[in-house]
Amino acid sequence: MAPGTTPGRTSARLADGEVLLAAEAVTKSYAGADRELPVLAGIDLQVRAGEIVALLGRSGSGKSTLLRCLAGLIPASSGRVTYRGEPLTGANPGTALVFQTFALLPWLTVQQNVELGLEARGVPARERAEAALQAIDLIGLDGFESAYPKELSGGMRQRVGFARALVVEPDVLMMDEPFSALDVLTAENLRGELMELWASGQFPTRAVVLVTHNIEEAVLMADRVVVLGSRPGTLKATFDVALERPRDRNAPEFDALIDAIYQVMTGREKDTAPHLPGRTAAEPAELAKRTIANTPLPQASVDGLSGLAEIVAQHGGGCDLADLAEELGLEVDDLLPQVDALDLLGFTVVRDGELLLTPRGTAFAGADVQESKRIFADAVLEAAPLVRLIVTSLRRTGGTVRAGFFRDLLAHHYTSEQVGEQLETATDWGRYAELYSYEAAPEEYALDEGGATLG
Amino acid sequence: MSYPSRPTAWRVSLSGKVAGRLARMSWVDVVVAAAVLVGLYLLLRVGKGATVSFDPAQVARVDTDPAKLPYYAARSLLRMFVALAASVVFTLVYAYAAARSRRLERVLIPALDILQSVPVLGFLSVAVTGFISLFPGSLLGLECASIFAIFTSQAWNMTFGFYHSLITLPRELDEVSRSFRFTRWMRFWKVELPSGAIGLVWNGMMSFGGGWFFLVASEAISVSHHKYALPGVGSFAGTAIADGDLGKVGWAVATMAVMVIGVNFVFWRPLTAWAERFKNEQSEAADVQRSLVLDFVRRSSWPRLLGRLARPVGEALGRAGRVFGTDDQPLAVNRTRRRTGDLAFALVAAGLVLWGVLDLLGYLNAHTGLGVFGEPLLLGLATLARVVVLVAFATVVWVPIGVRIGFSPKLARIAQPVVQLLASFPANFLFPVATWFFLRTGLSINIGGMLLMALGAQWYILFNTIAGASAIPSDLREAMDDLGVRGWQRWRRLIIPGIFPAYVTGGITASGGAWNASIVSEVVTFGGTTLTATGLGSYISHATSTGDYPHLIAGIAVMACYVVGLNRLLWRRLYRLAETRYSL
Repeated sequence: MAPGTTPGRTSARLADGEVLLAAEAVTKSYAGADRELPVLAGIDLQVRAGEIVALLGRSGSGKSTLLRCLAGLIPASSGRVTYRGEPLTGANPGTALVFQTFALLPWLTVQQNVELGLEARGVPARERAEAALQAIDLIGLDGFESAYPKELSGGMRQRVGFARALVVEPDVLMMDEPFSALDVLTAENLRGELMELWASGQFPTRAVVLVTHNIEEAVLMADRVVVLGSRPGTLKATFDVALERPRDRNAPEFDALIDAIYQVMTGREKDTAPHLPGRTAAEPAELAKRTIANTPLPQASVDGLSGLAEIVAQHGGGCDLADLAEELGLEVDDLLPQVDALDLLGFTVVRDGELLLTPRGTAFAGADVQESKRIFADAVLEAAPLVRLIVTSLRRTGGTVRAGFFRDLLAHHYTSEQVGEQLETATDWGRYAELYSYEAAPEEYALDEGGATLG
Repeated sequence: MSYPSRPTAWRVSLSGKVAGRLARMSWVDVVVAAAVLVGLYLLLRVGKGATVSFDPAQVARVDTDPAKLPYYAARSLLRMFVALAASVVFTLVYAYAAARSRRLERVLIPALDILQSVPVLGFLSVAVTGFISLFPGSLLGLECASIFAIFTSQAWNMTFGFYHSLITLPRELDEVSRSFRFTRWMRFWKVELPSGAIGLVWNGMMSFGGGWFFLVASEAISVSHHKYALPGVGSFAGTAIADGDLGKVGWAVATMAVMVIGVNFVFWRPLTAWAERFKNEQSEAADVQRSLVLDFVRRSSWPRLLGRLARPVGEALGRAGRVFGTDDQPLAVNRTRRRTGDLAFALVAAGLVLWGVLDLLGYLNAHTGLGVFGEPLLLGLATLARVVVLVAFATVVWVPIGVRIGFSPKLARIAQPVVQLLASFPANFLFPVATWFFLRTGLSINIGGMLLMALGAQWYILFNTIAGASAIPSDLREAMDDLGVRGWQRWRRLIIPGIFPAYVTGGITASGGAWNASIVSEVVTFGGTTLTATGLGSYISHATSTGDYPHLIAGIAVMACYVVGLNRLLWRRLYRLAETRYSL
């Protein structure tokens, strides 16, 4: 990036490569039932002047939480965040945020929205307007100054989001999935323009932190891709992207890097996840060790996972995950819960990025409704500990059990939000498998008459 | 301050712009300017009347010449708007304090919940004596008491609404404010107030509608054997009633109707239409509030002119507001200090409450003995029975009608504003007519009191049923038609679940309103004849007029307990059921 001087900046300008923002052993946890539940664990990260860092991870990896810790919006549970060497005590003075949902104030015009950050600093009206118009011009919003956000398309709204953040000339621009609420073409266009601006040296910030779940986006934009693992979020791997800008999607190096990151993200290389590969039908010993604590149910509906199984069956019982995602026009986040669910139930295995149906999975994909319900019931009883727990509890009491009972048990291991998700999935699966029924008003589970004979 | 402009950019220097505008003033501008001037003039003339001195012995009645009605109407309106302004200020301060301070929240919100259940009219005698001693020899004391009564009927509801919008501020707006380091002043005016504005305006409109009732009740009142009357439509009606002159009561009713409709047309309608701009939505809704008056004002150039003139003022205020500091939350919290602070605060608050309660009980004990609560508790049962029968009866009558109206968009368009007006029309205005009817037919006030309470309360049930029924998706109704579901089965499977949440909202309002109304409807007078029903309402009413404070306090406390109890035991449960089970 060319070191152009930006007018109005008061703080000293750091040379490229010096550390602007640093997280030192940052952990973040939320209160659970009897202990703290970690969301981030031991994160060390440095953001240097002149670089774009992408935080890449699946949902639940705590990447947005990390971004908010860096921005000083939420406190770290332990460890510290420093900006230019000083520990943060409140909102980070050197960052500005761009939101996934734009977060524009709908009652203010484009110009008024852009001026907000300057107004907060007490910049007089005339200078404020000048700076705002300059930023509006830079980001390609000329002519929209007096429009209200609701009159604009999604892409134009996010441009306002960028202009609002850039006009305060922050040292570090923080972007929280800035393109994921936009359609594909709009996102591509905006990303391209932004990277041109960055490369041209007109960009009024010294560094960028980008949160995304889109691998391609991370590789297209970032100098460094930091992959976060899930539950709790840890630094899993870091990839330096040394490709020339503008980057060529069709270059073999580009593809290779994407594949490498994909492997790390799906967590299925041999060295990081030893218990997963080679699992044909699930091994009894390993299954017995599963508990509600170590085996969370993936957020996948029965419709979703059986749909995926059918697609794989149509591909002859196996297909490349990356290709499949692309073919379906989806991103990592969209597909992985279903893959995880199929994997958990022993319907598929993943080897070298290939999703392969097991014999049981093939049977499940090919069966009619009643038959597939039966196969599914066997599988969940065997492989989904929460569903098994509910069935066992119901058999023991012989009647109904309140959801609160399971909620309390889960609360030892999950945040209240996760508890809700776990129970929701277990309810969906158990209902489909006709193992138990659930009544929402009294929040009670009851044995399904037909299901009592199963297992 | 800014107004929606046409999408043309206008960035010309201020003075040149103003001059240009003045030269091109259209007739619309002239009309708007004239209307504002006339309004100011009227305000001055009417306001002057409020500060005249009086001899408390001599204001028992007002002149009932119908020609004086416009003046009286203006005085009544002034009271209503002063009370509204006070409610708005109270709302902003109280709700903000409760939402921002963790400690204050624990005290302020339960207090608000209780205040909401205390019968407003019971306060009145305390307010009248208090304010008269505050402004001795001036009508201002009575004015304040009346305004206070209206205020207490409006403020709680608005405060709750605004508090709720403050604590449910969308997370990303909070983050925008903090990450861009807004000042607290900016956060309030640019983020918090706008995002609560629509709720505030609608709540204000509903509360204002309810306020008419208390205006009428507070303009003419007897406290401690004194009769007081303020010049206003309510006292005009009061005097006409005392004279038994139904013709003049008719004049007053007509004036009231004009006022209710007029205020709606020139004030609330434009305001709700204007508040549409604060909708936190990403696209223009198809169904927006419109107002002729607002469109007219927008066509003139005054809004933009005023907006330009007001901008420097806003700038200066924003600079001054910087003293309130930056909107930031410290990342590190000193836990022991916080806990010590919490403890100290809790001790002080609990101590104060305990002291107050002991003092009150001591007072009651010294004057009447603590057995004073027994009688109102028993009488409360009678009033409770009236409220229950009334709500049940209104349900049976109005729910089917409301559903019929709600299912027909054409009918609903006509009926909804009419019902809204009926709901805000002060029912106590019609009491004399009803009393005259009771006297004629010999109907007992013990039964008739229920009718009087229903006059005001029933509309909430009808209004909400219409809203609920029209919100049932038409494809659900078509599916029921298709499946041949009709009659009772249709009611059980579709209609009752569909309207349930809206009905519960209506039921809460209706039952609360009925309790309040019992104070004025269990004792009614017409032309020298007074009818008194057995009940808690007449008990409080009697204590008020004789200035019997121990009994008054006991009566108010017991009624508040009944209202809170009914809400907790019945309505809250239904509400939760509606939210979890029957939300569409």
